[in-house]
Amino acid sequence: MTTTQLVWTFVKILVMVGFVLNWAGILTWADRRQSAMIQHRIGPNRAVVKIFGKEVRLFGLLHTAADGIKFFTKEDFMPPRADALLFMLAPIIAMGAVFALVAAIPFGDTICPSRLPANLSQIFAGPAVPRFGMCSADPKSSMHAIDLTVAPLDIGILYMFAIAGQGIIGAAIAGWSSDNKFSLMGALRAASQMVSYEVTLGMSLVGALMIYGTVRLDEMVRWQSEHAWGIFVQPLAFFVFFAASVAENKRIPFDLPEAESELVSGYFTEYAGMKFGMFYFAEYAEIVTGSMLLVTIFLGGWALPFLHRDGLTISFGSHEIAHVLVSHMWMILLGVITFFAKVIVVCAVQTFIRWTLPRFRYDQLMKLGWKILLPASLANILVTGVVYLVLDAAGPGVTEALKTAADVTGVIVWAALIYLIVRAMAGLFAPIVHRQTLLGSSADQARRRGGTKTEPMQA
Amino acid sequence: MATPAFPKKPAAKMNVTPVVYTVNDFEVSSYLPEIFRGVGVSMRHFFENTREMLRGQRPDPVLERYDDGITTISYPEQKRPYPERFRGVHRLTTRQDGSMRCVACLCCSTACPAQCIFIEAGEYPPGDERRGYERYPVKFVIDELRCIFCGYCVEACPCDAIRMDTGMHPVPYDSRDQFIYDRDLLLSLKGHGGTFETSNPRHEPGEPGYPGVTREHSH
Repeated sequence: MTTTQLVWTFVKILVMVGFVLNWAGILTWADRRQSAMIQHRIGPNRAVVKIFGKEVRLFGLLHTAADGIKFFTKEDFMPPRADALLFMLAPIIAMGAVFALVAAIPFGDTICPSRLPANLSQIFAGPAVPRFGMCSADPKSSMHAIDLTVAPLDIGILYMFAIAGQGIIGAAIAGWSSDNKFSLMGALRAASQMVSYEVTLGMSLVGALMIYGTVRLDEMVRWQSEHAWGIFVQPLAFFVFFAASVAENKRIPFDLPEAESELVSGYFTEYAGMKFGMFYFAEYAEIVTGSMLLVTIFLGGWALPFLHRDGLTISFGSHEIAHVLVSHMWMILLGVITFFAKVIVVCAVQTFIRWTLPRFRYDQLMKLGWKILLPASLANILVTGVVYLVLDAAGPGVTEALKTAADVTGVIVWAALIYLIVRAMAGLFAPIVHRQTLLGSSADQARRRGGTKTEPMQA
Repeated sequence: MATPAFPKKPAAKMNVTPVVYTVNDFEVSSYLPEIFRGVGVSMRHFFENTREMLRGQRPDPVLERYDDGITTISYPEQKRPYPERFRGVHRLTTRQDGSMRCVACLCCSTACPAQCIFIEAGEYPPGDERRGYERYPVKFVIDELRCIFCGYCVEACPCDAIRMDTGMHPVPYDSRDQFIYDRDLLLSLKGHGGTFETSNPRHEPGEPGYPGVTREHSH
């Protein structure tokens, strides 16, 4: 590996791991704040920082920092008869599995340094790159193409499956080594749940693998940018994969191993201080990495419809309507921002689902995993295979129609995006109407005084 | 278990058909439509509340308390207004000229069920025009910790001298003797209208506008 490649790998690790860590921290805040907004509360806002004598609340973001300080300063307790090695190893495995998972996920298109202008101040004014074909350059030279993946592996998804399996070990040995029957029960539930949904996780992706024709994640994203997003091509697999990844993460509605009201904390009851912090944080980091996988395989990764490596190309089937060339660096940047924005949206959706659904009972959970989701994913494989062969053997007219259908789905995506943005802006400035109910003398008093509002408080 | 102690009797024949309330069609058992509806409700509440928070137009916690929205009161910076008759910490009221209304008649301390009021009466100095007609409390001590906030002292007072309209709670102090309020402290608390006087203007002897008989003039 040349020095340039080493430096670039370091930068990519910074970007990916930095994003996962920071967003996991923000998610711990978002869990509480978003739930408060859903439940008509304010949420935590009392962790303050005093700047020049004035309290600054920052919407409660400092609670994450306060949590961090709390985890660092708590006593690092180990039960006396616990298995010391396994006890200490479990959070390492749990956290390590999550961070190893992001290594194979692409967060942007390949950068061609040979096509970028040498003058860094004009890097956004460079020429567009041709849509097909990689930039060719000597692998040893510093102008070699830079994949925006920490480790662009040829096995791609198989690496993901392997690493996701490591999370099971972390949970299982955490409960086993704790010398606590409740932890053990939590670990049993965790291990069996994760194993069951691991199978479904793998099976649901086989249909997608068939259609994309590759196990490499960046090739999958390229297929989606050329054709249609995975969610249109494999809708059932999307939902099954989503459910399985939420279950893999032991997140509500599948959080029985943690079961805050039943098993105290399940398999990490006996953990205190930073070890618990690592489990806690690993769960939130895995929300982010699970979302990244979902976005890469089903939601088009870093690609937006009609935007390709050379710029905007609006076409239906083989009729090209518009073609706008955009410089290489802009497309790269757009891709990276799109990817992270999509991950953030999927994390927010997971948080909404968390605060909407009740928890699955254990037998319901296992039944769902084995008797409903797994047969669904197997049926999905069967149907996908049959449809694929049929469409493959059909004539060019069918291929043309499929291309047009794929472009129509692109239009649907853009229309949905634009509609959501316009609706959000309109909703933000819409007039707010409140309903007054005067009940009791305090309400009368308040009305005479003109309301109970005191000076506006920071959120 | 060889044979059950109470063998089950066959079920009696019913002349009604039981109604099946559970719905188990495809839409229900696939979970997804109902999940979408539920997540839609959560999202609607989330965006409405976020919009209100961002624009600073949360519903009023008292006037619009039954509205959808964040009506949280951030105590202690914001407080819920109490009803007019709320009995809080006592205060001693003053006349319009600034002197206290209390004439040390000991009605309130007699009426108090918790016996938390201690009054030591004193005569006005000789030469004062009120000497012989009124006395004044040299010491007026209320133990707010013993007080049960029944309001009997307010009802018993013939001079409207003691009131419980400060709207204050006796805050948690560090020791019991901090709850013992003396006369000066009680005089320094303000009532509903923000004044030391009473809310009702009383036409009492000595006040301008008194319509009755005084030493100076009689009808």
